[in-house]
Amino acid sequence: MDFLRPVTWEQALAYKAERPEATPIQGGTDVMVEINLDKGRPAALLDLNPVAELTRWSTEGTEIRVGAGVTYTRLIAELGPLLPGLAQASRTVGSPQIRNRGTVAGNLGAASPAGDAHPPLLASGAIVEAESVRGTRMIPITEFYTGVKRNALRPDELIRAVRIPAAAGPQYFSKIGTRNAMVIAVCSFAVALHPGERRVGTGIGSAAPTPRRAPEAEEFVAAALDWEGRSPLDPGAARRFGELVAGAAAPIDDVRGRADYRLHSLAVMARRTLGWAWNDYTGRGPA
Amino acid sequence: MRVNISVNGESMAADDVWEGESLLYVLRERLGLPGAKNACEQGECGSCTVYLDGTPVCACLVAAGQAEGREVITVEGLASGGELDEVQRSFVEAGAVQCGFCTPGLIVQAHSLIESTPGVPADAEIREALAGNLCRCTGYEKILDAVRLAAVRKHQP
Repeated sequence: MDFLRPVTWEQALAYKAERPEATPIQGGTDVMVEINLDKGRPAALLDLNPVAELTRWSTEGTEIRVGAGVTYTRLIAELGPLLPGLAQASRTVGSPQIRNRGTVAGNLGAASPAGDAHPPLLASGAIVEAESVRGTRMIPITEFYTGVKRNALRPDELIRAVRIPAAAGPQYFSKIGTRNAMVIAVCSFAVALHPGERRVGTGIGSAAPTPRRAPEAEEFVAAALDWEGRSPLDPGAARRFGELVAGAAAPIDDVRGRADYRLHSLAVMARRTLGWAWNDYTGRGPA
Repeated sequence: MRVNISVNGESMAADDVWEGESLLYVLRERLGLPGAKNACEQGECGSCTVYLDGTPVCACLVAAGQAEGREVITVEGLASGGELDEVQRSFVEAGAVQCGFCTPGLIVQAHSLIESTPGVPADAEIREALAGNLCRCTGYEKILDAVRLAAVRKHQP
């Protein structure tokens, strides 16, 4: 095994072009588990920790550009007001020690269907900034996940940043697990209201081969909500929203939970998070 | 490969390090510092918690090469001049140690909480801070007592 240690982004891209089989490592919270438990042995590790620019985030117009080295801990501390859905999801990642090392870009690189960052990225309509020596690609999040632990990155590409629209309305994340820490999601859900466009974004986690949106549920509820008059959420519409979200999922039975439990809990989480978000939007306070 | 790390204030070098090796393995097996414990090797248990550039992390999830040129403080580095650190003393006095295997990780994580919190942290804050450290003996109550005791001693000496 080789250990590659670029100190600039250009060096990192050059290494990845030369050694496309190298596994990028940032926080190590996925990559090192694989190595420690001998589940896989990369040909080379490409350590991105020394590339200082990756640890920065910036505001670009209405987008927040989060560098690939920004940890969950920093995202929670610094980006809560701008990216509330992603910050909520980040709070549920692992433990403090894991959040001190883990990154959203690492979550994307691993592309586990259970990754906590995915649902809010889908609900917000994020863009993955992928780069190689050949140039930059802006990959819409809906095109990024291609299979279980597979993504749209080409072998010579690295994730440089994630671009996420700053929240234009309330956002919520919810997750089912056996306790409040160190939980891989049984399933998870994120909702984002986009009042300017009268649109609702959704993201489903751990209930299909890839994280995915629930397009029918989004369309149904965007039309059902009283954006102008801000009247209370109709309980029937909220229930229907939940059913449509569950209908968009394709879960399996596995060690963490059964498919029918996942469908049931998704419907409940979708209904509840929508209720919380709508109450915020209409100024009614907590449900 | 050779890895150079500042450990507990001392420059150290480890040779013949395998590229896939963890910082934990380097500390325990190459540098003779067995304080950080090796249990789950997947970040679940927190018993290998050390400071990396001032931030508590699971040493089992840091690749050895990632620690090159950085500063590591292990549980061995908390005591000074033969005197236990306040957190260590509080764990002993509160009876927060039973088999002791989880203790080094808990002490480093609790140390970080107390250093970064002005005043005595609320129980919810302590529980959240220690959520990634598993103990199978104590039931955690004595550990909470120890953390509160250490925080009181630090902030109301």
